[in-house]
Amino acid sequence: MLVTSNSVFTLYGVKLHSRLMLGTSQYPSPAILAEAACASGAEILTVSLRRESARLKEGQDFWRLIRDIGARILPNTAGCYSVKEAVTTAHMAREVFGTPWVKLEVIGEADTLQPDPFGLVEAARILSADGFQVFPYTTEDLVVAERLIEAGCSVLMPWGAPIGSGKGLNNVFGLRALRAHFPEVPLIVDAGLGLPSHAAAAMELGYDGVLLNTAVAKAGDPVAMARAFGQALEAGRAAFLAGPMESRDMAAPSTPVVGRAVLT
Amino acid sequence: MKLVVNGELQEVPAATLAEAVHSLDLGEAKVATALNGEFVPARARASTPVKDGDRIEILAPRQGG
Repeated sequence: MLVTSNSVFTLYGVKLHSRLMLGTSQYPSPAILAEAACASGAEILTVSLRRESARLKEGQDFWRLIRDIGARILPNTAGCYSVKEAVTTAHMAREVFGTPWVKLEVIGEADTLQPDPFGLVEAARILSADGFQVFPYTTEDLVVAERLIEAGCSVLMPWGAPIGSGKGLNNVFGLRALRAHFPEVPLIVDAGLGLPSHAAAAMELGYDGVLLNTAVAKAGDPVAMARAFGQALEAGRAAFLAGPMESRDMAAPSTPVVGRAVLT
Repeated sequence: MKLVVNGELQEVPAATLAEAVHSLDLGEAKVATALNGEFVPARARASTPVKDGDRIEILAPRQGG
């Protein structure tokens, strides 16, 4: 495959330049969140909905901060364990944030926070039919991915590893198979990345982008780490476009053998 | 009127969801509402009556991954 364009990719008709989608949780302060978001170059920030206290009104302050950063908003349904919870949360998010985009999470297991694929597909079908543009948080399972596409999803977001684990790409084989099976579908690795090298590896596989949060927010210096992730994504994407060599099991001399002196 | 607002039982002087949100000083806030687990759009709050024991969720933007 000859790829000549690196600059722009499209998610649900929206042209984007940055391939990094950044979460907004767990930063040391609102100011550091804002600075890290800018340093990362991310054009999409993920947010959630939570109960608003009439006394504290924390959500209003948070919204002003996010609005001022100026990025596109991708609301999530984090913490939802049922189709009904996820669908209701998506409707509430659409009204609050004024976007048809939703990062759909239907969690199936509390320890791994892995998606419930059955609930995910059902919720994706309901929301897609209702005009939502669904970004499903899924696994690398090929059959689930097929069902999500049939349900109306035009983007897939397989995990790298469990949310917040920082383990990187747990199943490179599965992710590579997914990429090969869906050459035209935007694929975003969502969750489990801990290091810029993990993000670069995802891009080298030909993934279209990554979504991460904890790796930046919990770094010693979130702003510097956000910048590092941005650089890693560029390097990984450039490497993919450059056409990586095939790996092999045995050594192969890179220096010519012919012309080698005999010095014994 | 006794309503369960965001999980807490409260006395709220309101006959409709809109009045309840307003009396909680969130009438102008960027929030979404649900009544007994069902989403109620902002435009429908004024025509949605509330009764004793109803569960109201009032959600706002928050950090997310």
